[in-house]
Order: sequence, then structure tokens, then C-alpha cells
Amino acid sequence: MLWVDKYRPKTLDKVLVHEDVAQNLKKLVAEQDCPHLLFYGPPGSGKKTLIMALLRQMFGPGAEKVKVENKTWKVDAGSRTIDLELTTLASTYHVELNPSDAGFQDRYIVQEIIKEMAKNRPIDTKGKKGFKVLVLNEVDKLSTEAQHSLRRTMEKYSSSCRLILCCNSSSKVTEAVRSRCLNVRINAPTEEQIVKVLEFVGKKEGLQVPTGFAARIAEKSNRSLRRAILAFETCRVQQYPFTSNQAIPPMDWEEYVSEIASDIMKEQSPKRLFQVRGKLYELLTNCIPPEIVLKRLLFELLKKLDAELKHEVCHWAAYYEHRMRLGQKAIFHIEAFVAKFMSIYKGFLIATFG
Amino acid sequence: MYLFFPIEAGKKAPQREREMAPLVQSSQPWVEKYRPKQVKDVAHQDEVVRVLTNTLETSNCPHMLFYGPPGTGKTTTALAIAHQLFGPELYKSRVLELNASDDRGINVVRTKIKNFAAVAVGSGRQGGYPCPPFKIIILDEADSMTEDAQNALRRTMETYSKVTRFFFICNYISRIIEPLASRCAKFRFKPLSEEIMTSRILHICNEEGLNLDTEALSMLSSISQGDLRRAITYLQGAARLFGSSISSNDLISVSGVIPQEVVQAFFSACKSGNFDLANKEVNNVIAEGYPVSQMLSQLFDIVVEADGVSDEQKAKICKKLGEVDKCLVDGADEYLQLLDVASNTMRVLCNMPLEFSYEN
Repeated sequence: MLWVDKYRPKTLDKVLVHEDVAQNLKKLVAEQDCPHLLFYGPPGSGKKTLIMALLRQMFGPGAEKVKVENKTWKVDAGSRTIDLELTTLASTYHVELNPSDAGFQDRYIVQEIIKEMAKNRPIDTKGKKGFKVLVLNEVDKLSTEAQHSLRRTMEKYSSSCRLILCCNSSSKVTEAVRSRCLNVRINAPTEEQIVKVLEFVGKKEGLQVPTGFAARIAEKSNRSLRRAILAFETCRVQQYPFTSNQAIPPMDWEEYVSEIASDIMKEQSPKRLFQVRGKLYELLTNCIPPEIVLKRLLFELLKKLDAELKHEVCHWAAYYEHRMRLGQKAIFHIEAFVAKFMSIYKGFLIATFG
Repeated sequence: MYLFFPIEAGKKAPQREREMAPLVQSSQPWVEKYRPKQVKDVAHQDEVVRVLTNTLETSNCPHMLFYGPPGTGKTTTALAIAHQLFGPELYKSRVLELNASDDRGINVVRTKIKNFAAVAVGSGRQGGYPCPPFKIIILDEADSMTEDAQNALRRTMETYSKVTRFFFICNYISRIIEPLASRCAKFRFKPLSEEIMTSRILHICNEEGLNLDTEALSMLSSISQGDLRRAITYLQGAARLFGSSISSNDLISVSGVIPQEVVQAFFSACKSGNFDLANKEVNNVIAEGYPVSQMLSQLFDIVVEADGVSDEQKAKICKKLGEVDKCLVDGADEYLQLLDVASNTMRVLCNMPLEFSYEN
């Protein structure tokens, strides 16, 4: 079992990073009732962990017995019926799904499932909770129609079903949905907090962690706890006992992007652009999301540039990333950015050195 | 009854059972609990209330179109008038409520709405309710209906106008096609003023036994910006989390508003003219998980009120804010867009050239 999963806190009391949030959530549940919740925060900040711990707090250990189901829905949409297939994670008390997997038909999924859940309410003979919880991931990727249809559904079925929404940025969730939920912001853990967690993991595993080593991992982790723990485990596999100057292996795709960046800096020509294209394709075919490639590329380039160029480059990065969202094929836009950068940089070199 | 429904179980009883078993109200969202049941209780919307009270007396009313920002009482008003006209007995058979969560394509308009509209009904008072001789179709969130569906409604509205009244509810009147809008009496719902908001909130606080000081009260009405539903949701959230006495800081933490210091730090980083400093600040905002759209609107407030910034500079900054907001709606990456704003703001404030010198 990976350390990330092994040391995931199971209850709200054991949470190490967002203690205040966890205590607040506990108070919420203590009143036998909870509002709709919207968790938002950057990746690796602990949203999912908190949600699972919250479910456990609400329903007891039964909430952890999840089974994966591949369900098919037949949705009647006027003249035709649509068959929808989606994988859900369900326990007796909750259902978890990624509605954005259904693409443009996400609207039907949301409506169908919520209606079905409202119909099959758990029977409350033992004085158990009479509602189910629906956990929706990546709500920021839901289409606008689906978000619209959530609005009234949330109110109508509020007695039988609570929603827990989870997303990276709440600015892509419509105002109407946000105003119906209790918003919970989960910030990325600070480096000190990451160090604390890493030391905790090290102690549990019985490892000797040299001073400053955890801090170096934390620094490299971009404030993502998941990444930090993964890096920590990788280091453990590579070399143990740790030495204080042990290299922390960077992600291989980051290495690759940094290579691309230095290629671009060295030579600005159509030929080089062609070579870069091959490398970019390789990144994309390995399922690195294009916006992350672009962001990383910008990050690497900014490190090497003069201040006056930085403004210009960051503007064009934003411009082409926006274009990429509107367009279809990501490679065009990343390549356009590279070409733009080459032209700017060449212009700068000629103006400075003649 | 209690044999079948132990008290704890009764708390979460669904709508049907509620009428039978007494219900402990705590499970209900306050927004639903304090939704006005009668038209005359709707706050701050005098014209509508006057027209509708008239309707109650004369049992006659035109097609209606309610529009206005969220949380101003549009749906409440429509539901209240329907209940007051028909009472609980007839409500089911006389009122059809459709909203964006139901399918409302052109097919539904052609079949469901048309069939419902076509049925003739009798008049005559029943159980103390006016029960006028028409039915009501409430189309909530009508601005999310397709144009085709709206077009299909035009003739239906006229043909069955004797026996059916339509209530359209929407946020943006510009998304309702002109032919529909011209068939309706239009009512704009104003954002609630601070006093009205305060009085409603105080009422709820009294009912729920909450303690709010004046600072928290004014904070609540300023962060909710005239949206009463939002104010009540925040209040309930804060009450759940922090118990019965609520300070303005508690309200900020549940509302998702960004603390002023963070925005100020971002603005001064832009003022400093150091790109790397601004970049660090942007990274910080993203890592803390603050929503960038909120950041932009709070930055906008600071820029507009800033001293020592010329009008031209303000205009340039605001122009960029507008462009970036559009990009965010299109789904662009938050980090890159905020960085673009930071860089633009910095160039404006430090009088660096806005045009790029190496572009050809």
C-alpha cells in the first residue's frame, strides 16, 4: 500500500493538517444534520481525505465499505432514450461519482441519480439518518446546464439527499450553486505542515530522517501534500538510510519540460520548433494535461528571462492557454506559444546584441 | 403514529409524512423555513405585491414575468401567489411548476405544457381560497430555456390565455425572447436594501436565538450584496459552525470572501514593480485556494478607490480585469490569468510601456 493511502487520516480527530476545519465539520455533523457542502482548494490539499473522514463521522465505519459499480441508466429525453454508463463508488450511505465523465450529457446523470436516490431513501427504523449523501467530484468541470439543473434539485430533494461537492476552483461553479452550499475552503498545507506530516510518517515507518531532509522535500512539493509523501516514498525506495544531501528525484515530465525550455532558449529556428513539437507530442501522449505542460514551460522560461521580457511572455502564455480552452487540439496552441516565444526572444536578442 | 415513527426518525421524514408526524424543524434549511408563505410578507418589492394583492381580490391576473438578481424573492412570490389562490387542495391540479432541473426542451413545451394548458377548469371558491377559473404554469429559471422552446410557447400562451396564466421567472430579461416578454406584465425585483435585509436577518436571529453584533450585521449585508438567500445561507452556516454568537470574522470564513489583507498584499506587490514578487503573491493566492473570480472583483474595488492612481491608469487596469473575467468564464487557467492581471497592473502602475517591444 502506498504511504499516501496508508497514512490517510480515517477520522476527523486524526487529521493533522486542517485541524480547525475538521473540528468545525465535526460540530456540523454533531447536530444530526448537515447542509450541502462545497469543498474547494488546490490539488493535494486534502479535500477528499476530509470528505471521507466526514462521511465516517456521520455514518460510522459502514461508510468505508464501498463497492465500485458500473451502472447504466436509461434516460428518457423526449423523443429518444439515452443510454448512459458511469462508474460509481457506493456504500449504503453514500454514492460518489465524477459526473463530468459523462461529457455533455452530465446533466441527465445528475438529475437521474439524485431523483433515484430520493426515491430509495434508507429506511430509518433504528433512528438512523434518513438521508443519503451524494459526493460529486470535479463540479467545476460540469457543464453550465448541469449546474443550472442542480439548483432547484438541491432544494427540492434536500430532505432526502445531501450533496457534497468537490472542486479545484470555485470560480467555475455558478453563483447559484455556491450560494446554496456551505463553502469550505481547503488551502494547500504550508511547508511547515508538510514537514510535520513527513516526520509523522517517518516515525511511524521507523525511519531515520536527517534534519533538513523533510524540509527539502516540502520545498520541492509545490505545497501539495500528496506529492510530498510520494516523493518521500520514492526517496526511501532509492536509498536508505537517507543522507542529508540525497537528491530528491524530480518528476520525469518536469525534467523533460525543463529540457524543452533550454532547447528553446538555445536556438530559435523553424527546425528547432519542429524538434520541440516531437517532444511536446510525447508529453501529451503520456497523458500530461496540456495546460500543465504550458504552465510548467512558462515556469521554466521565467526562471531564465530578463524582467522586461517576463511580462510579455506571461501575457502570451495566458493568451494561448485561453485559446486552448476554446479550441480543440491542444498541440496547436502550445506550439503557437513556443513559436511566439521564439520570435519575441529572437527580437530581444537582436535588439540587445545587434 | 409515534409507534411507526420514533422521534429521531420523524426529524428526517419526507414531505408526505411531515403532515402526519410533527417534525422537528432543525433539518430544514432556513432559506426554506423562512420563505414567506404569503405575498404580503415578501419584502421590498412593493409594485409586485400591490398588483398581486389586487389579483387575490379580483381573481384576475395577466401573464407575469419576474426578473432580477438571485435571492430577491422571485420564486417565493410566484409560489406564494399560487398557494394563496388555490390552497393546498387544488394546488396540485392547478399549478404546474417547471424549472431548469426538469427537461424543458421543445418536446416538453409541445406535449406537457400544451396538454396542461389546454384543460379547462371551473371556478368557484373552495375552502376559503379564491380559486379563479384558470391554471398557473410557473416556468422557473426561464432564461435557461432554449430559444426554440420559447418560440414554441408563443402561440400556446395566446390560444389558452382564457384558462392558463404563465409566470416566467428569470435572472436576465435579455435572454427571454422579445415576443414572450411583450406578452407579459414585467416586474423587476430590486436587490434588497440594507435596512430590509437587516430587519429580516434580525427576525431570523430572534427566532433561532442567535446573537449578532452590529458589525457582523453590516458585514453580512455587505458580503451578500442584496441577495437575501445568500445572507441567510451564510448565517445558517456560521451558526452551525460557530454556535449562537457570531462575529464578522466567522461570517467572512463561511462566505468565501477573501480577507482584505490578501488583496492588499497582492496590490502592493503589483505596485512594487518587481515581477518575481508579484509571481510569488499569485502563487500564494492560488495555493490558499481563493477563487480568482472573487479576487478580481475585490481587486477591482481596491483599484477604483485607490489614491495616487490616475483615472487613465485605473481605466487600463479595469479593462484588463474585464478581459480576464471573460477568459475565466471560458474556462481558462486561473494561475495564468491572475499572473497576466498582475503583470498588466504592474506595468500600468509603474508606468512601464504597455505595448510589447519585441512583438513583430
